[in-house]
Amino acid sequence: MPPRPPGPAGLVTISADGRSVRVPSGVTVAAALLELGVAAFRRSVSGEPRAPLCGMGTCYECRVTIDGAAHRRACLVTVADGMHVATAAGGEERQP
Amino acid sequence: MSAETRADIVVIGAGPAGIAAAVRATEANRRVVVLDEAPNVGGQIWRHRSVGTLGTDARAWIDRLSRTNADVRRGVAVVDVVMGGESGDITVVAERHPGGVAVIRASALVIATGARERFVPFPGWTLPGVTGIGGAQALLKQGATFRGKRVVIAGTGPLILPVAASLTDAGARVMLVADQAPFHAVRDFAISLLAQPETLLQAAMYRLAFLRTPYAMGTWVTAASGSDRLTTVTVANSRTTWSLPCDFLATGYGLVPNVDLARFVGCTTAEGAVVVDERQGTSVPRVFAAGEVTGVGGVALAVAEGEIAGAAAAGVARIDPSLGRRRQALRVVARRMERAFALRPELRSLARDDTIICRCEDVRRAAIASLSDSRQAKLYARAGMGACQGRVCGPALELLFGWQPGTVRSPLEPARLSTLSTAALAGAASSDAVHSAGS
Amino acid sequence: MTARKADAIVVGAGIVGAACAAALARDGLRVLVIDAGGAALGTTAAGMGHVVVMDDSPEQLALTRYSRSLWRAQNDAVRVASELDWCGTVWVAEDETQLDTLPAKQQLYREHGIDTEVLDETSLIEAEPQLRRGLAGGLLVPSDGVIYQPAATIALLALARTMGAEVLERMPVEEIVPCGVRCGADTLRADVIVNAAGAAAASLTPQLPVIPRKGHLVITERYPGFCRHQVAELGYLASAHVMTSESVACNVQPRSTGQVIVGSSRELVGWDASVNRRVLGKMIARACAFLPGLADLTTVRTWTGFRPATPDKLPLIGRWPEVPGLWIAAGHEGLGITMALGTAALLADLVAGREPAIDAAPYAPDRGVAAGVH
Repeated sequence: MPPRPPGPAGLVTISADGRSVRVPSGVTVAAALLELGVAAFRRSVSGEPRAPLCGMGTCYECRVTIDGAAHRRACLVTVADGMHVATAAGGEERQP
Repeated sequence: MSAETRADIVVIGAGPAGIAAAVRATEANRRVVVLDEAPNVGGQIWRHRSVGTLGTDARAWIDRLSRTNADVRRGVAVVDVVMGGESGDITVVAERHPGGVAVIRASALVIATGARERFVPFPGWTLPGVTGIGGAQALLKQGATFRGKRVVIAGTGPLILPVAASLTDAGARVMLVADQAPFHAVRDFAISLLAQPETLLQAAMYRLAFLRTPYAMGTWVTAASGSDRLTTVTVANSRTTWSLPCDFLATGYGLVPNVDLARFVGCTTAEGAVVVDERQGTSVPRVFAAGEVTGVGGVALAVAEGEIAGAAAAGVARIDPSLGRRRQALRVVARRMERAFALRPELRSLARDDTIICRCEDVRRAAIASLSDSRQAKLYARAGMGACQGRVCGPALELLFGWQPGTVRSPLEPARLSTLSTAALAGAASSDAVHSAGS
Repeated sequence: MTARKADAIVVGAGIVGAACAAALARDGLRVLVIDAGGAALGTTAAGMGHVVVMDDSPEQLALTRYSRSLWRAQNDAVRVASELDWCGTVWVAEDETQLDTLPAKQQLYREHGIDTEVLDETSLIEAEPQLRRGLAGGLLVPSDGVIYQPAATIALLALARTMGAEVLERMPVEEIVPCGVRCGADTLRADVIVNAAGAAAASLTPQLPVIPRKGHLVITERYPGFCRHQVAELGYLASAHVMTSESVACNVQPRSTGQVIVGSSRELVGWDASVNRRVLGKMIARACAFLPGLADLTTVRTWTGFRPATPDKLPLIGRWPEVPGLWIAAGHEGLGITMALGTAALLADLVAGREPAIDAAPYAPDRGVAAGVH
């Protein structure tokens, strides 16, 4: 998706597991996904659903694929217009 | 692509201590580079999306920093630090999240890497919906809303009150706030705070903010359950156990200084914190440390230490003695707090045989209980081998079994293989400095 | 200390010592394994976990082939614990000169009963899509594999225990004496003493021509399917063969977890275990020259280890005549994991006075290896 400047009320458009959604600019990908009701950000090595624990980049439980790059910590990345996010639910990336 | 910068001082961490250090150092006319892996400065306690949401002190310091000529780099994670040989340079290699590597050469380093929460494993702690206490606060500040969600806050330490207050203010339905510390310990600590009435008043204000929520001492979470996410929390005190339905459990047991980078560089640590002298100097020449990394003690102490470290790193001969006196007084309070919120023994037995201890590799208690140390746990059972390199399970292994963490190796944060190549070139250019320090 | 007198004491609870303990215990000996630290935490821990055939010399090929077949025949408990994965190896030829050596190599392997496939550039890329274009070709050895060697070591020790062996950890052996080992004030006696002390073997048997040859490794996050086989450049053999002070060679391995281990480097710098950034950089560059996609993978850790190197690149397996009762099972350089089972079988045969399955003479510890040729 080509990037666009923030729309009214400072919203940006991202794609989360294929769904196009408008989220407030300035929030992190982790917060945006929680707002969207995503429960499983990733699957553990034995297949358990996992979501953010520490909120500060230490626990690595919030790893998702952002713009094709795997293992990105969602709590450390601010949303940007046109961003593609894939979680475990999206099935795009199998990497635990 | 990598860009190289020359500076006088590199400050690692842009929380209160790092910000104060950078401000003081630039005031002493030094070229300062500040690095932080988060998208914004502020660290944990001054985390914000807009400065308007911060308290006056925080805003003032962040404002001051923005008016200095400090080169503040956000979204960069330090991957390697090469200690110079005879050239004297300290070379810091940091990876930018979307792409690129920054190489900074400086003559001094201020380590202000803060602290992280200590997590105690219990059945169900890995369920989505279970976060840290600071973790919940961090996510709230990052834009998650807890409005209308049923929340239980259970753990220990000074984070509980402010987080309970802010979640309540944010519209969460906080069902229970529980501290494992016994009532008498919290009461005695509160009494000791009469010497710092502003702190006591602040605590009372926090409590008022969630007045309608039960605040239980001597109470701790024993289990969390749900199928794909949290639905129920079980808590206990010395007499009884009960369960309550909830959507989020914010749980954490104090703070653990982030000493890995300091250890990597060769700094002496004691009781899990970096040892510093009265100028915040570590055991490694030209390396200073400030804030929670030298011992958990709160924001005012972090700022005082940061001011001293920044001035000392800048070579200021005579540092304002009032800073040292403030530091001393705040450390006394910090030690009292640590005693008050010491962890009760029941917490060590919450994890059952099938409870996951290492979340990165799904290692359960039974797989490591009969082993002797962290290295065995890592090599035989993979505990600590994953992405977080033991930052979450390490404190749990120490609590449960008394094991100390192992050697710190590069990369200090997961980094692309190409970044390690850049670090190699950067290290090679520091011609005497090919070998990393022992730890 | 153990109450019962042992028939054999194995010094070193690494993979070679563990395999020897199991083999000797199977022969009915009461075995005691002693390690200064924890099992598998010394030389064994740092390695890459290859189970491969390699033909630096006919004797090396014979022993790796024999040993690999013993890994194939391992019981379920050991195989499963070791996470044995027969993913195979792709040896990569960079240019025509290297490519031209492949038919002879294939023939040699065929004579030893090892099936291989010569790959041209197209089939090389089909086998390993992450390899860069422009390589000449390669040799696929489908019967090679990868194990997780700390787990394999523990499993072998457990197997030895089921046959009556005892394992004493955190018990440093200070000295090997005739038919005994001295630990502090105590001397433990046995008719058979096996020095399986890895890279430190020469500290217990001073004339053993074993020196530490340092290597670096890097491991990535999980990228399942990034490479399907172990990928090694043919130049690896040259790097392992020539005892220059420093060399690197591409040697990349997929683990069962989906993580990728990137190697390899060789240096003679004594026991300096610190990561040498310059050498690490050269190693990474060499690996990325073959698999460019490696550069973007996220890594989680780097480490070093020491291979037990001998002057003629062959291990030392057999009696050490200088000291009554002493046997050696050491000096495996980068092939300790592959050769552990073959070493143990040879050693047990020699101890029992049986004819070993392959000629053990080339590995005789006192084969007159010239001193100082390092």
